[in-house]
Amino acid sequence: MGVKGSVARLSSALFRSRGSSGNTPERTKPVEVSLRRDQTIWLLTAATLTLVAHLPGLPIWVIAFCATLLVWRGWLLWHGKAAPPRWMVAPLVLGVAIGIRLDLGLFFGKTPGLVFLAALLCLKLLEIRTMRDIRIVVLLCFFLQFGLFFNDQSMSAAALVLVALLVTLGSQIALTDPASSTRERLKTGAMLLTQGLPFMLALFVLFPRAISPLWGVPSESVALSGLSDSMSPGTISELIMSDDLAFTVEFNGSRPTPSDRYWRGPVLSRFDGRTWRMAVRPPEDRPTYKPSGKRFDYRIVLEPHQRYWLPTLDYPAGPVEGAIFSYDFQVLTVRPVTKRVQFAFSSFPDAMVGLNEHPPTLDLARQLPPQGNPRARALAAELKAKMPQQTVGRILGWFLDGQFSYTLQPPLRDKDSIDSFLFETRMGFCEHFAGAFVFLARAADVPARVVTGYQGGRINPVNGTISVRQSDAHAWAEVWYAERGWVRVDPVALIVPTRIDHGLEGALDRGLPFMLRPEYSWLRQLRDGWEAVATQWNRHVIAYDGKRQLDLLESFGLEDASPSTAFGAASIAVALLMAGFYGWAQFRRKDDGLDPLDRAWVRFSARLAPHGLARMPDEGPIDYSRRLTIARPADADKLISICTRYACLRYRLPPLRAEIDALAHAIDTLGLKQETATQSVRNQQ
Amino acid sequence: MFTMPARLRALFRFGPGRPETAPVRLRQGRIYVLPTLPGLAFAGVLLLMLVASINYSLSLGYAFTFLLGGVWVASVLSAFRNLFRLTIRYGKVENAFPGGNVVFHLLIENPDPRRRPALRLIGSDKQGENSFDLPPSTCSEIPLALTAKRRGVLPIGRTVIETRWPLGLVRAWSVLMPDMEGLIFPAPEVGSPDPARLPNDRAADLGSLCSGNEDFAGFRAYQETDSPRRLAWKVYARDGILVTKEFSASASGELFFNYDDLPVGLAEEARLSRLATWLLRASQDEERYALRLPACEYPAARGTAHLRRCLGALARHGSEREKRWE
Repeated sequence: MGVKGSVARLSSALFRSRGSSGNTPERTKPVEVSLRRDQTIWLLTAATLTLVAHLPGLPIWVIAFCATLLVWRGWLLWHGKAAPPRWMVAPLVLGVAIGIRLDLGLFFGKTPGLVFLAALLCLKLLEIRTMRDIRIVVLLCFFLQFGLFFNDQSMSAAALVLVALLVTLGSQIALTDPASSTRERLKTGAMLLTQGLPFMLALFVLFPRAISPLWGVPSESVALSGLSDSMSPGTISELIMSDDLAFTVEFNGSRPTPSDRYWRGPVLSRFDGRTWRMAVRPPEDRPTYKPSGKRFDYRIVLEPHQRYWLPTLDYPAGPVEGAIFSYDFQVLTVRPVTKRVQFAFSSFPDAMVGLNEHPPTLDLARQLPPQGNPRARALAAELKAKMPQQTVGRILGWFLDGQFSYTLQPPLRDKDSIDSFLFETRMGFCEHFAGAFVFLARAADVPARVVTGYQGGRINPVNGTISVRQSDAHAWAEVWYAERGWVRVDPVALIVPTRIDHGLEGALDRGLPFMLRPEYSWLRQLRDGWEAVATQWNRHVIAYDGKRQLDLLESFGLEDASPSTAFGAASIAVALLMAGFYGWAQFRRKDDGLDPLDRAWVRFSARLAPHGLARMPDEGPIDYSRRLTIARPADADKLISICTRYACLRYRLPPLRAEIDALAHAIDTLGLKQETATQSVRNQQ
Repeated sequence: MFTMPARLRALFRFGPGRPETAPVRLRQGRIYVLPTLPGLAFAGVLLLMLVASINYSLSLGYAFTFLLGGVWVASVLSAFRNLFRLTIRYGKVENAFPGGNVVFHLLIENPDPRRRPALRLIGSDKQGENSFDLPPSTCSEIPLALTAKRRGVLPIGRTVIETRWPLGLVRAWSVLMPDMEGLIFPAPEVGSPDPARLPNDRAADLGSLCSGNEDFAGFRAYQETDSPRRLAWKVYARDGILVTKEFSASASGELFFNYDDLPVGLAEEARLSRLATWLLRASQDEERYALRLPACEYPAARGTAHLRRCLGALARHGSEREKRWE
């Protein structure tokens, strides 16, 4: 018999160690992991939710690519196959990079970066091998969720990101705690988010907001929307088909009537025979006129339009921080409006403006191309009167008698477009009317110019704000009288008064944009409700910036608030929150998982503990009573009674509440007799 | 994970410096929390997000960054709470031969009505690792296996209980120094000679009569320490009485292993190995044996408990606490 063999057998029989606990850790790097199926599903779900949020911003081929990879990963998972080898991934990465460069025209930048990250996330998911790969996937998910806000800061985007974030946290919990259930993972994730929420709120409000960017934000070709700096036939009627929000206005106090809601945009003075353009003159920091008369206070939340002008009611008072005033009563920003901005204005519609107008401005307002539109010029000469007011009146009268019709798609002619509108088609949209009117006025030697902007807007019945959409775009005219200054003249208001009072749907019968059709009024109501909330969201969350932060701090009584005040406040808030959390962690929950009977039983042991007679964890009530009897013969009756009653109540179903209460009372009123010295010595042994 | 030089590590040595007695309660003062490498990477990404938010004035970007920052802080709290208020008591120790595992059993109590997930016990010098969960309001026995390298006493040493729950971004840990030691017996010698059957008085008298140790000598009443191999199963099957077969050799020849009687040329460890081999063999053959070491002596007996005692004495031989266990 082999001595060694038998000895080994014996020793292993006597001193076996458990295999499960005896595994020595592998210290090789990187550690290959095998993901369990549920963990992979969590990761895939998190990635999919993250990518779904990005769908509108991804090129179609990237979507197809990502979907293919995700399905491939799912297939591998389902069939328990290993990840594809690494060499397969590198060419795919390169291919995607080249594809993005070809498709988007550039590789470095916000949009291509996000697209690349999205593709990278899918590739990384495919080749998960080590724990580090998983960490990278999770970080990519987080960053892509963040990246969504470059394109979309709406409430729905925020909600989608929140869901994706919850699932991503859940997938991380699935990695650290494989034994947890789906519900537990979601619960823990939600708990973490809830605990993170106060930090978010405090820092969101108090973290100092930079006024200017850290480095030049690279300009990317962003689709322009809204009014442009020029107007030619067709530009506004094209714009009007869009139902996008242009801006919302909230009035503080009274609202102007619909016919007074002219939101001034670009003022166009130059005319080349076809297109009206803005004339550029250096602006000033306050208006040139004296505000007086009726006053409207309002706040505008403007959607980004990538241009400089701000829509205002005539005529805003200044100075307004961040805004400058042009000679033609436009309000401009210093930088293009690339994100949603918010401005507060006071407007004085009855103010006299341009009484002492600069001669160059007036010259500009009389400028006409040397040739073209001969019939219109002839008409102007015919209509010209002694006084400019009379001339204007006669021109408008001519329009009224001319049987003009207001239509979205007028026939267009490039050459002598004004002649063709005035004398042939007699069908036009606001830009035709305004352009033709200004042409006639100038030809009749009255200084005039085209004003584009928005007219009207819909009052949201939910919160009383006015939503102005691209479909409210409008063009009108302004003429100058020596003794009155600039005066608004809207030929359309004369010809189709319903356009001004009831909006576009009142003026047109056919070809209305979808949302403006009367049969969809319920849809509009739904939209009203949503927009009311969205307006608040935009005002208080999205447009929250450094300036409003300081206003808020000052409203809390902090004089001369500066970014460093905000920083201090943020630090204090975070410190307080940490202290609160610390207290909460220390706090022991009252619910100890015991029923009243056991709680009384624990109290019983606690009462005897000072005498060295605490119940051993493994001691049953009867054994305990035996030990107590020996240690405390004087109190034996009482102690035995309590232990026996406990045993009876515990092991008999169901225990009666009254009996439990009686036992608890007996325990709480238990008085022990003075013990002798010998007893205490014995107890300590 | 990067490793620090030993001297630097000594500076950052958290936890108790000497073995502590049970129970050990994980209070606030002895739980440490620091970010892990993924946690630092996460913080880096957060910083990137913050810079992007500032540069592009992204309100929701700020909100998202701060929310994740808050989650990061909350995960510190959760990790801390996952260890907080655990109570550790010391259980049994499974001793081993070199090459095997000394298994220390820690009794870890979770007093709260919530699960403590993803806990890990790490032995000293990062050898031996055990991941476990603690169900609510229970006490669990958690084994920690350390590799038995050399004969002697193996204290459990600096043991770390840690958790990276919930997100793996931070590691909360506490250092334990349980007052537990395991024994590593001498490795049995290969091809050792048979023990000299050193006769005591009785053995010398009866020696001539006994040819071997397999001679059946009769029955006696069963005692709890008797080996099942010596039970008379046929008698039990017939009469239902447990009796033990006695053999003449076991009655006569007691073995006596004396450390000092071993050949002079034999080194200390080799002596212990030979003694261990003899002990095991004698125990296997159900013989009675006595053991004498320079510091202690065990009178003749048989059975597993006796074997453990003797092997333990061999393991402790030469250690400072040898006498304490006498």
